Amino acid sequence: MTPHDDQMLLDTPFASRVQAACELREWESWKGYASPIAYEDVELEYFAVRNATGVFDLTPMTKYRISGPDAAAFLNRLLTRDVGRIRPGRVGYTVWCNDAGMVLDDGTLFHLSPGDYRLCAQERCLDWLLTSALGLDVTIADETAEVAALAVQGPTSCATLRAMGLDGLEALRPFGLRHYPFDGGELMVSRTGFTGDLGYEVWVAPAHAEALWDALFAAGRDHLIRPMGNAALELARIEAGFIQAGVDFVPAEQVVRHGRARSPFELGLDWLVDFDKGHFSGRSALLKERAQGSRFRFVRLDVEGNKPAAESFILNKRGKTVGHATSAAWCPSAKRNVALASLEMPWGRPEDELYAEIYFSRELRWTRVEARCRIIDGPIWDPPRRRQTPAPDY
Amino acid sequence: MPSRSVAEKWTMKRMRQYDAIVIGAGHNGLCNAAYLAKAGLDVLVVERNPHIGGASVSRELYPGWTYSNCSYVCSLLRPEISRDLELARHGLQVVPYHGGVTFTQDGDHFGNYPDAERLHREMARHSRRDANAYERFEADVTKQTRLIRQFLLATPPDPTSFKPKDLKGLLEFASAFTGMGEEGLLDSVRFWTMSIGDFLDEYFETDVIKAHLSGSGVIGTALGVYSPGTAYVLLHHYMGEVDGNVGAWGFARGGMGAVAEALAASLRAFGGEIVCDADVHRVIVEQGRAVGVALADGTEYRAKLVVSNLDPKRTFLKCFDESDLPAEVVEQARNFKIRGSSGKLNIALDGLPTFNGLSPDSPLMLTDMHCTDSLERMERAYDDWKAGTWSQDPYVDMLIPTTVDPTMAPPGKHMMTVFVQYCPPTLAQGPWTPQARDAFGQTVIDQLAAHSPDFKDLILDCEVRTPHELEDEVGLTEGNIFHGELTFDQLLFNRPFPGCAQYRGPLRGFYLCGSGTHPGGGVMAAPGANAAREILADLKRPDVTPPSYPND
Repeated sequence: MTPHDDQMLLDTPFASRVQAACELREWESWKGYASPIAYEDVELEYFAVRNATGVFDLTPMTKYRISGPDAAAFLNRLLTRDVGRIRPGRVGYTVWCNDAGMVLDDGTLFHLSPGDYRLCAQERCLDWLLTSALGLDVTIADETAEVAALAVQGPTSCATLRAMGLDGLEALRPFGLRHYPFDGGELMVSRTGFTGDLGYEVWVAPAHAEALWDALFAAGRDHLIRPMGNAALELARIEAGFIQAGVDFVPAEQVVRHGRARSPFELGLDWLVDFDKGHFSGRSALLKERAQGSRFRFVRLDVEGNKPAAESFILNKRGKTVGHATSAAWCPSAKRNVALASLEMPWGRPEDELYAEIYFSRELRWTRVEARCRIIDGPIWDPPRRRQTPAPDY
Repeated sequence: MPSRSVAEKWTMKRMRQYDAIVIGAGHNGLCNAAYLAKAGLDVLVVERNPHIGGASVSRELYPGWTYSNCSYVCSLLRPEISRDLELARHGLQVVPYHGGVTFTQDGDHFGNYPDAERLHREMARHSRRDANAYERFEADVTKQTRLIRQFLLATPPDPTSFKPKDLKGLLEFASAFTGMGEEGLLDSVRFWTMSIGDFLDEYFETDVIKAHLSGSGVIGTALGVYSPGTAYVLLHHYMGEVDGNVGAWGFARGGMGAVAEALAASLRAFGGEIVCDADVHRVIVEQGRAVGVALADGTEYRAKLVVSNLDPKRTFLKCFDESDLPAEVVEQARNFKIRGSSGKLNIALDGLPTFNGLSPDSPLMLTDMHCTDSLERMERAYDDWKAGTWSQDPYVDMLIPTTVDPTMAPPGKHMMTVFVQYCPPTLAQGPWTPQARDAFGQTVIDQLAAHSPDFKDLILDCEVRTPHELEDEVGLTEGNIFHGELTFDQLLFNRPFPGCAQYRGPLRGFYLCGSGTHPGGGVMAAPGANAAREILADLKRPDVTPPSYPND
């Protein structure tokens, strides 16, 4: 059930706490929920994630509960990954495509218990899910408003959650999940996140949301916990090299102009496509693309200088436009000026000399620079703690 | 010629011949070595202490607590170098903090809030006019930081030379000045020579605001707030940045040793070597050329060139046979102005102290804290130094890094760093003694306790460092943190002194790369990179140091 009333923006179950902490009172709409852009200082919030613990209210994330005898079969038809390899108690990052092999969205699939799944996504996709379920014995429900969630991310996140009483959490491997009793109910913790650092996501029923926030911040005080808004998360995810629906690609169902959608290959997500698992939506189109070649290449660029290449054209050495940046930021921990960019084939080969066309203004004067770009091979920011099990204390 | 014994021959064979030896594993020595190694040279860094870092160190001197026991905050480290040497990949993370607070004797405080409007309100609480004048102050200081920043990663041109490189440099210098307009030019000359007290008097009327802003003008120098040249010292503390935020300061995660460790990791990745416990007794000079170093224990290392990260005084007066040097250079080194003026307390705390008038949740708890609320008290503190004693009412630059960095102490416990002005290199009644050092420490603790009722009860451990310890343990002559005063007579083409200002020493094959060279002290790493550029030019090798970011 989706909540609706006369308010323009909805409150999440953490609203009382979020509003009290949001000193800057900067809000934006995230799927109709009031979501803070920043609480106090974007920089401090970003550094909470990279240095201590940042807490992000991700309740507005679209969530579907998928269960029933054919749940796994359904998901295998829907997703490009082999769902059979995501065992109970595990989480997997995945994409799903339309029949043309164009990406509808990316998200995470939680295998809660045998045959019982939660799919978390940026975009709403109930229509597509129900269409894909034709002929299968599966129940699909939108549980966005029934599950409250906080991302607890950063080097002291494990220490914070353990101080809250989640014993043994350090043993949880990346993409694992665990359940703990909490506040007379239950709390689920997954070692997942959108920051590229050590971190967890904590899921509870809305009735326990305020108790969770209070317990978390009390436990995290000595671990330098801080709430974080969308701006800090955006910076962290670009530094982690993660793409976002609606920003780095247009969800295929929403595309109006011909040719603007992207396939998983065109987003650098080849590793998510499993042709060996049997049929899935988009498989034939993707097989064809693999044989004939893609139209675009998705690259992560290190841009010379320190001016973010936001919305920049990417030029080749003859000055011809060969693509554009979809996301860009100076990344404070990686110390790199990162741009995620979609380039026309064949551009983006290691030997290509590429430039970002950047405009910036200082005291009413605009300057244009062509900054040399180098393709980042491998992760942009990848601290060992992200993968370490047992998770470190800081 | 007598034939060498077999053992001698064997030793000689075993002895590696390096392309370059760098004396001192401080941040500039490591940066210099990293660039030489990056250019393909075979480089050895020799370090006197058992640990690297010089004054960029993290030390566990009390179990469970890490002290940044010399330099303690980071801003000046050039972003171009940090990125180019991939210091982030090698483990360096600089976490910014914003703002400051000065406690007043009447129990109030002035909070230098990071948010501009909040700062305006706070200033207006003391003076509405000052609150508004701050905008003019900021613009004027920014003009000067823009001017100087473009010369940080460049060798200062020699005004007496007619080499094309120097002429080009001078031209750039002149055009930067004229680019500021006539008024800007006049302002600049005044700014570079005037006192911070006089400068602040042109903007503000409130004692505590002036005192708060004046601190950056005297930190690390043996000058008072009304001494000419201190306005420039403020600029030196304002010209750094964290992630493009000019003037911002931050903590190196894990303490300032993280800077040295990351530079060392970068150096090793390029194939460079570091030897610790290697105390250089003298630079070996043969036929007017530096050819290696002899250690105190008799070990010798040979190289085609030798670079010193030590301050000019220590380099020329302690590491050479005087007869190997031109007499003029010995004289210049003797007269080089390098005076100890500061002390340091590193304190392990059992909990977070409370301060008069501040809530424990105040953003001001995460800032630098001070207890001197007037320029008069600042100047009187300096008077004590001149009289040969530590300030009885000292100026402190105090921070609690553990409010930002979770790695420095156990959860809920804290580490406090207290930088103190003024503290003389020797006392009027004679050299420092352990008793005098402890009395100095007690003076500082009493100063802080006057504004924090529970502070004394929370102290678990306290390391007190006077200039004596800074010289003895770190090797800073007289304990001067900048490797020589940052006064106009010792800046640019006069740093450390004429003839040695382009990183070349007075002998062939000998170079300087420490903070005693342009652009001076602070954990900047620019001298190390600039020296590498000159060395590579002499070797006719391609320049591998990064260009300066454009001044926009």
